[in-house]
Amino acid sequence: MRLVVRAAEVLAAERLIPITRAHVDSCLYHGEATVDFVERLISGAAHVAVPTTLNVGALDLLHPELWHGDARAAERGGLLMHHYRALGCEPTFTCAPYQLAAARPSFGEQVAWAESNAIVFCNSVLGARTERYGDFTDIACAITGRVPDAGLHRDAARRARLVLRIGSDVPAALLDDDALYPVLGIVLGRRAGSRVAAIDGLPAGLSEERLKAIGAAAASSGAVAMFHAVGSTPEAPTLAEALQWSEPDAVEVVGLAELRAARDELTTVGGGAPPGTPIGTVSLGTPHASLAELRAVERELAGATPAPGVELLVSTARSILADAEQEGVAQRLRALGVELLVDTCSYIAPVLRPSPLPAMTDSGKWAFYAPGNIGVEVVFGSLRECIRSAVEGRVWRDAGIWSDA
Amino acid sequence: MRARVLADGAAEGRALVLDEPLSFWGGVDPASGEIVDTRHPQRGASVAGRVLVMAAVRGSSSSSSVLAEAIRAGNAPAAILLGEADLILAVGAAVAEELYGRRVPVLQLTLDDLATIPDGAAVAVEEGGVVTLL
Repeated sequence: MRLVVRAAEVLAAERLIPITRAHVDSCLYHGEATVDFVERLISGAAHVAVPTTLNVGALDLLHPELWHGDARAAERGGLLMHHYRALGCEPTFTCAPYQLAAARPSFGEQVAWAESNAIVFCNSVLGARTERYGDFTDIACAITGRVPDAGLHRDAARRARLVLRIGSDVPAALLDDDALYPVLGIVLGRRAGSRVAAIDGLPAGLSEERLKAIGAAAASSGAVAMFHAVGSTPEAPTLAEALQWSEPDAVEVVGLAELRAARDELTTVGGGAPPGTPIGTVSLGTPHASLAELRAVERELAGATPAPGVELLVSTARSILADAEQEGVAQRLRALGVELLVDTCSYIAPVLRPSPLPAMTDSGKWAFYAPGNIGVEVVFGSLRECIRSAVEGRVWRDAGIWSDA
Repeated sequence: MRARVLADGAAEGRALVLDEPLSFWGGVDPASGEIVDTRHPQRGASVAGRVLVMAAVRGSSSSSSVLAEAIRAGNAPAAILLGEADLILAVGAAVAEELYGRRVPVLQLTLDDLATIPDGAAVAVEEGGVVTLL
């Protein structure tokens, strides 16, 4: 409770309000401080007061053979995951709890969620309400069942302050391609910082996968906890509603040149990794792949297998994997040589086979963090580009989508 | 200068004024204090023992843990001066104080006040949020 009160002071809240559920990110090992903290909670016989899902941990508990790191790190990471189960949290171990039917809050529900991409999705796409909670605060809110009555829990903070208008030079074909959305998220995070922005000019009714890609990237390049996509997200059927009928602080245009530059910056390989650049790895599923995204990987592969020596890995939730096994798509992907990772992510755990060659990804978030976390050079591309590149063993580019209309 | 206290404490150190926001998770190695974000202009610099000056925050909700671990390991900044209130860093400091009795003040200043602190300047933070250029 002391931590929740501290949070209320930082957020300048006058009171606490009850929550219906929580999503806890503290189960990922970041050193002994993370173990010391949860052991303090356990010694006080703490238990969660609301249904609580867990974010990714340090290792894939179902497929331990994928771990290439040292044994002690695996032991401490696994211990931390175990400790959070002992507090009554559900062993979901996913960064995309919004893809689990049982964990999905409904519109207007007050919750305490951590994990930057999940926070954005919760506020923006589900219209449920959470502040930007981090490690320690998340479990403190879950144990007390309370959050400060502040920030995005209240109507006023959910109003768009910034309008980002898609430029007229952005071609319709690009607006209809998955490749745009993580790149747009990177731009959103840079422009918005921690402000709520409304993006105007996107096709209406965007898929959850595209909205997820925007949010995950925006929460990497900025401190975005909520955005509106006019015509797609529930608090923005119109721009006026996203603005809560007020004037925005600023209206800015995002043009094709800025999007191309942001796309290029996601690639760290010198020279921008032109077609033909050899790659060693393709990592998909950041945030964790939905069942629809697993099906899309199978569709793009169209029966082909990764080139010899190229690792093609998709991260997902253990419960999505169970659904995919039920459906058969998981078995078919494995038969083609695709590795399926659960409970963790390939940029936080030593699971990718060591390779001197760059890694390719369709995730803005993975491209953003993997170089610093696991020391790889990154090539960013669309799902189609990633899959075809995995099959050819070298970068393949879909030249058309980013060109002028 | 008077700051809003997000986590209290006293400290002294040389300012490290960041040119861009930094996420502690994915951005700082708690085992060394080094900035490891490959896209950050100050990559390779160490935050350990410095008065970290950051106008805006960004990034991961795991930064609370990374800050607490850096404090435990003795590689944290001496103090963190922010241009906006950040719960994630404030809680990382609060937990480290509770577990290890080590205080790293986290303070919020106005952007105008932050801008008066030159990189490398000696800065003192007193309990209660008084910030002085030495």
